[in-house]
Amino acid sequence: MSSSSSSRGRSPAARLTVNGVDHEVALRPDRHLLYVLREELGLTGTKYGCGEGECGACKVLLDGVAVRACQTPLGEAVGHSVTTIEGLAHGEELHPVQRAFLEAGAFQCGFCTPGMIMAAAALLARNPHPTDAEVRAGLDGNLCRCGGYLRILDAVERASRPPPTRGGKR
Amino acid sequence: MSPSPPKVVPFDLLPPTQRPYFDRFGNGLVVVLAAQGPGPSGWGAGGPPHGGAWIHIGEDGKARAFTGKVEVGQGTRTALSLVVADELRLPLSAVELTMGDTDVCPWDMGTFGSRSMPDAAQHLRLTGTAARDVLLRLAADHLGVGPGEVELVDGRARPRGKPASSAVAYGEVVKGLRRIDLVPPNTQPEPPSRWTVAGHPSPDVGSRDVVTGARRYTSDLHLPGMLHGKVLFPPTSGAKLRQVDLGPARAIPGVVAVHEGELVAVAAPTLLSAIAAVKAIRAEWEAVDQPSEREVVDYLRSHPAEGEDFWDVLHHKAGDVEAAFTRAPLSLRATYTTAYIAHAPLETHAVLAAWEEGRLTVRMGTQTPFRARDALSDALGLPPASVHVIVPPTGSGFGGKHAAELALAAARLAKAAERPVRVVYSREEEFSHAYLRPMAVIDVRSAAEKDGTLTAWEFHVLNAGSAAARPPYRVPNQKVDNQPTESPFDQGSYRALAATANNFARESHLDELAARVGADPVDFRLRQLADDRLADVLRAVARRAGWASRPSSGAARKEGTGRGIAVGLEKGGRVATFAEVRVAEDRRLEVERIVTGYECGAIVHPSNLRSQVEGGTVMALGGALFEAIHFDRGRLLNPKFSEYRVPRFRDIPAIEVLLLDRPDLPSQGGGETPLIAVAPAVANAIFDATGQRLRSLPLTPDGTVP
Repeated sequence: MSSSSSSRGRSPAARLTVNGVDHEVALRPDRHLLYVLREELGLTGTKYGCGEGECGACKVLLDGVAVRACQTPLGEAVGHSVTTIEGLAHGEELHPVQRAFLEAGAFQCGFCTPGMIMAAAALLARNPHPTDAEVRAGLDGNLCRCGGYLRILDAVERASRPPPTRGGKR
Repeated sequence: MSPSPPKVVPFDLLPPTQRPYFDRFGNGLVVVLAAQGPGPSGWGAGGPPHGGAWIHIGEDGKARAFTGKVEVGQGTRTALSLVVADELRLPLSAVELTMGDTDVCPWDMGTFGSRSMPDAAQHLRLTGTAARDVLLRLAADHLGVGPGEVELVDGRARPRGKPASSAVAYGEVVKGLRRIDLVPPNTQPEPPSRWTVAGHPSPDVGSRDVVTGARRYTSDLHLPGMLHGKVLFPPTSGAKLRQVDLGPARAIPGVVAVHEGELVAVAAPTLLSAIAAVKAIRAEWEAVDQPSEREVVDYLRSHPAEGEDFWDVLHHKAGDVEAAFTRAPLSLRATYTTAYIAHAPLETHAVLAAWEEGRLTVRMGTQTPFRARDALSDALGLPPASVHVIVPPTGSGFGGKHAAELALAAARLAKAAERPVRVVYSREEEFSHAYLRPMAVIDVRSAAEKDGTLTAWEFHVLNAGSAAARPPYRVPNQKVDNQPTESPFDQGSYRALAATANNFARESHLDELAARVGADPVDFRLRQLADDRLADVLRAVARRAGWASRPSSGAARKEGTGRGIAVGLEKGGRVATFAEVRVAEDRRLEVERIVTGYECGAIVHPSNLRSQVEGGTVMALGGALFEAIHFDRGRLLNPKFSEYRVPRFRDIPAIEVLLLDRPDLPSQGGGETPLIAVAPAVANAIFDATGQRLRSLPLTPDGTVP
């Protein structure tokens, strides 16, 4: 590994689009997407859990597809649209998966929640009405050490239901 | 440099009536429950006074409550807030609970042992009761009526029976006051039958930040000028540092390196440069002799240690065990073991340390903030008042976050660098250098009448701890002891650690005895249980599970399915777990269904308790089925999630939770005891399915039944 600051001048700059905002970042081989999001852009909603792509705490969307940011070289994210947990809601209006997690009380310590929500959002975008087995398979790369899997399944099931009609709400 | 007297004195170091409550939190009313001896649970006897609580009711009408307990995901922030809201007749949103901040909270020994509900909740409830009484009197004066004629509803006081328009808000009642009351002795809190907020469905406090990613855990925090720290660890457990050269690390721009006592560590402007710097250190280590995995049972047997802390030595004797064995028509002997396992909290250990004018502020995910403060002040030669520990939201603990070593490393680095330093373990460091749940070896010998009625019980525990070592069954002659041992690895607390091991041994052994005499496992237990509450839970679970009375199969069942049951009584909670398994023709094990019944007195926060029981069941399945640290002579061999298997979605069976509410009984914790009957229930179900008796946890490390 080259030492940290000596290569600064030589690093090519690249444009990284995160949550609709363009950032100029140094394109260096030792920086994966997670590092840049957390350490350089201050987007700490995306979590470090293992660094080897086993826990899913760092999942973000790359053009709408869930990827593990700790396994994504920065170069692979450049030129694509990155969405993190901070960019999932529309202003104050939560994404249906975020709402469902709240309603189901689908977290304990909450540390796995951002990655879990991103994985579930990507799953539902691809398959709006998954079976229980499809949800389990789709989220199997995400760990919850508090063991809150049943509540998470409940949340994803809630989010996959058709939205309630607004008739009663005037 | 001699430390100058600190400007800030933590509240717990001042007498209750001399703390600057109002300078910190504004005018209002403060009611204080002074630090206590041991809490209602009896824990902490002989230690410093601890616990207690205080509540400040401000001109904004909010109640600020303070407890030394912390929230690490177990849900006590909401549960304890509900208690305060309940006593003060406030909506939950008007309660702000500060937890584990050593500058303003009561001294507390730590958040472990399922003490938050029996101790902290009780202290907050007493304080809330007393505060309500003072509020009533103040409101009566304000309204010009007698105290008996005032009622408190939803944060407002009004003359009884008068319209809401005549009500006055609490903030108005306490306006301009700087009044401190102590909780009078003999204060009687509300019985659970009169709870209006607690015991009812409630949302959790602060949830929105969790789903938006706005919640900041310690590992997310950043201060201006902050450096990233890394600690140099020995390559094998216990290895001694012989020589170290920090030169190559210091040659990296911006790197600060320290070597103080046992500590070798670096800090650097970026995490990547800190990693490069710690790798650049040249160190020579001298390994110490450590057992291999194959030798470890013998090692534990031959290395007894002095008891300390919860590694207590237990010697319990009743009746005449030897005589009973001589007389008994039936006896059974077996040894059970549990493996070293890791807590693996999803947020690894994280600390952010910063010095300001000789005072240290440490933000850290810890279950023991006051012990950390005291350990840091000792190690750094500072008065306790010069150390401030704050506990930000923490990505779980499970008993694994009790140590202060990493905080000391961060503090020393921050001092040397004269900048804030954050140290966050990598996953590999977390597995390798956070302490482990101890391995246990348990020798059991039982004697019984021909029908299986127990006459003698000998239970010798090595290294697990004494929790739940004594049987909840009627046995006239007993010898139960716990012998702590040396350990090749740092070992420590873990969610329900001793009770899990001891319950596994006892409930497996009971099942072996039941099978020997051809008894149904549920009837066998009901016949001999000494605790009616536990028997109630067992009956409820058997009913829900559709248990049909028959002895456990002594041979493989044709369909490959089996069912097992186990019970446990620990920390005031009663649990029974039913497990149904299928063993396929290729010997693959599938746990198909779990029913867990739990009773812990009056339920304070029902949905959270259910969540704890569900999560605890999942966590217990990991330790029951496949979790194990592998090692060779002091080196951990599987310090990664790709090599250390924890429960995933694919492992989760149908789980049904039965909560038995007992509003007539004091509330106990729910974070630990629900785990302790899972492993034996599964082991007993495997026996029922196959006739194979598995006596070591994990039961099926490679997923198959041998």
